[in-house]
Amino acid sequence: MSEVRLQIDGKEVRAEEGATILETARAAGIEIPTLCLHEALEPFGGCRLCVVEVEAGGWSRLVVSCVYTVAEGLVVRTRNKKIDRTRKMLLELLLAHAPDSPPLQELAAEYGADRDRFGQETSFCVHCGLCVRYCAEVKGLHAVGFIDRGIRKEISFLPEIAAKECRDCMECFPLCPTSYLQAAFVLVEAFTSR
Amino acid sequence: MNTTIADLAGVDRIIAEHGGRADALIQVLLDVQAEISWLPADALARIAERLDVPPALVQHITTFYKAFSLVPKGRHRVHVCMGTACHVRGALRILDTVEELTGLAPGETDPDLKFSLETVNCLGCCALGPVIEIDGKTHGNVSLARTEDVLKSYE
Ligand code: SF4
Ligand code: FES
Repeated sequence: MSEVRLQIDGKEVRAEEGATILETARAAGIEIPTLCLHEALEPFGGCRLCVVEVEAGGWSRLVVSCVYTVAEGLVVRTRNKKIDRTRKMLLELLLAHAPDSPPLQELAAEYGADRDRFGQETSFCVHCGLCVRYCAEVKGLHAVGFIDRGIRKEISFLPEIAAKECRDCMECFPLCPTSYLQAAFVLVEAFTSR
Repeated sequence: MNTTIADLAGVDRIIAEHGGRADALIQVLLDVQAEISWLPADALARIAERLDVPPALVQHITTFYKAFSLVPKGRHRVHVCMGTACHVRGALRILDTVEELTGLAPGETDPDLKFSLETVNCLGCCALGPVIEIDGKTHGNVSLARTEDVLKSYE
């Protein structure tokens, strides 16, 4: 694998080809906020909070740093007005689902996001996919999955699998940035146990 | 209505036609639905098992695409066009009439499995608007009275 050189926040850094901007920045001691990233899982690019600005050939645009791979000569900025504004908006949209989520509140304080900007959504799930991906990628159980799409997308336990596997595991519960996962599980349990 | 063993044999045949490969999942689902008009749970379980795809993924795919139906469909599929041309020519009132006569909202099927009602965004024959299509047959320039006659002509 060859090495590429790029610039992040004015700092010259080197990275392996194929590395993401996010891991390269972190290795250089530059922090980028994330919600849907987990070290044991493939990057998902779901929450978009890790947006950064890249500049190449005179053009700049926002990209999702946890899935965007580095390239020779790339100029990356991880914080500026445009990025902050974008993260603030993203946070406000997420807070409409989960206003009491601790990780969201922490970021909201930093970016000045207003938890009441948008009306409260009915579902607490922020679709980070941590539960679904953890169950699939780490446990190989697929006891919980996504259903539907767009604004109706939800997570859903598969009762036949959940009834057998979940009680002895529950490893996904602490990953959920909201309380939705546990609520969904308790519901499935109520329906399947007698 | 459930799939019968004969249907599951049909499901197995379709799976075999696609070489039992996981990446043929969507095509298998489409083919099965083309034959039995919807995707019953036992057919889905069989497909997941034979293609070695987690049921959670099958559930995601079948709820993601609007083309898949997880509930039985009626013998007659009624599509009311809500495209712009039909809209300005009174498609809303046609839809109201169809809803009233069938007792269905778009997306629903009656318990006797006679009609399934859907709205579509353009059937591509705007000059004929307002248009309803039943089982692939186009009925153009329908009035409220014609709509009633047309629906009544289906058993
Ligand atoms: S239930 Fe929680 S962990 Fe699962 S997708 Fe929703 S927010 Fe993420
Ligand atoms: S951490 Fe990159 S999109 Fe969520």
